[in-house]
Amino acid sequence: MQMAAVSEQKSGFRAGLKAGVSIAVGYLPVALTFGLLAKTTGLSLFEAVLMSLVVFAGAAQYISLSLIAAGAGAAVIIFNTFIVNIRHFLMSASLNEKMEPESRAKKSLYAFGLTDETFTVIATREGKTSTGFAFGVMLIAYGSWVVNTGIGHVIGASLPEFLQQAMAIALYAMFVGLLVPSLKKEMKVAYLAGIAALLNSAFTMSGLLDTGWAIAVSTLISAMAVEAVTVLRKGTELE
Amino acid sequence: MNMVLVIIGMAIVTYIPRVLPLTFLEGKELPPFLQGVLKNIPYAVLGALIFPGILFIQPDDIWFGIAGAAAAFVLAFLGADVMIVVLGSIVFLSVYMLMGS
Repeated sequence: MQMAAVSEQKSGFRAGLKAGVSIAVGYLPVALTFGLLAKTTGLSLFEAVLMSLVVFAGAAQYISLSLIAAGAGAAVIIFNTFIVNIRHFLMSASLNEKMEPESRAKKSLYAFGLTDETFTVIATREGKTSTGFAFGVMLIAYGSWVVNTGIGHVIGASLPEFLQQAMAIALYAMFVGLLVPSLKKEMKVAYLAGIAALLNSAFTMSGLLDTGWAIAVSTLISAMAVEAVTVLRKGTELE
Repeated sequence: MNMVLVIIGMAIVTYIPRVLPLTFLEGKELPPFLQGVLKNIPYAVLGALIFPGILFIQPDDIWFGIAGAAAAFVLAFLGADVMIVVLGSIVFLSVYMLMGS
């Protein structure tokens, strides 16, 4: 029994590493460019790598660089970081429904690795997800993020222009690859993604909301509206 | 401005929304409607993460984004594994650029 439990845990971790490879590839150009921009903004190698090590949030890190370059104060930078990452509240609550029961100590450890990308890879799997799987996905994503930040700073360049441009599709293509299999199975998924996509496009392109808020608000409205319709439909079926 | 302190401040405010729900909600049974909403979030957030961002990966040329999005959706609908969707889209856009230049 003990052995079976251990090997299952291991396969969970290994399967997680494998599922995280597409994130590692997608982070490569983004982290290289972050390292390069950090250098041109005046951050030392130590500071750039430290930020990727302890913050591990792409959008917030990019925004912090532009704020630093603009001469913003510490409070403004930290406040903006918080606002951009508010959407993780939703993802963390959603992930909690998806994960197997686990000690709060281990959960507070893997909570650090929650990003848009690790969340979507972990949360779109069928059934409950093991702690080991989550650690696997997050570790390979984190490794790519930190190491490539350092490389970007040291070599002071990103990928060749054409590859850099082509690889900009990587994380989006991964999101598409995660969405479509579920979309083919369930019409509900099409509504959820479609409504959120339309709302997010309307919010960001009209300039009504900043990206961080727009993603959180459109996700929440779509998830609640579709759930309300689902519940109402079930109600009428019963009558 | 001490950069290391700023970075530590950023780290703390980034960690808070990541850790609070996962630890506070552990072992708690939420009302069914709320559970349903939380289970919907992964698919809703994918929609918001893809659009409109995918269309503007090259801000001055929307056709580049449309081409990349088309490649990703076609590969995914054909049943390709996520990694193949990612690599295939990158290769497609590389070729698209070589053809265009």
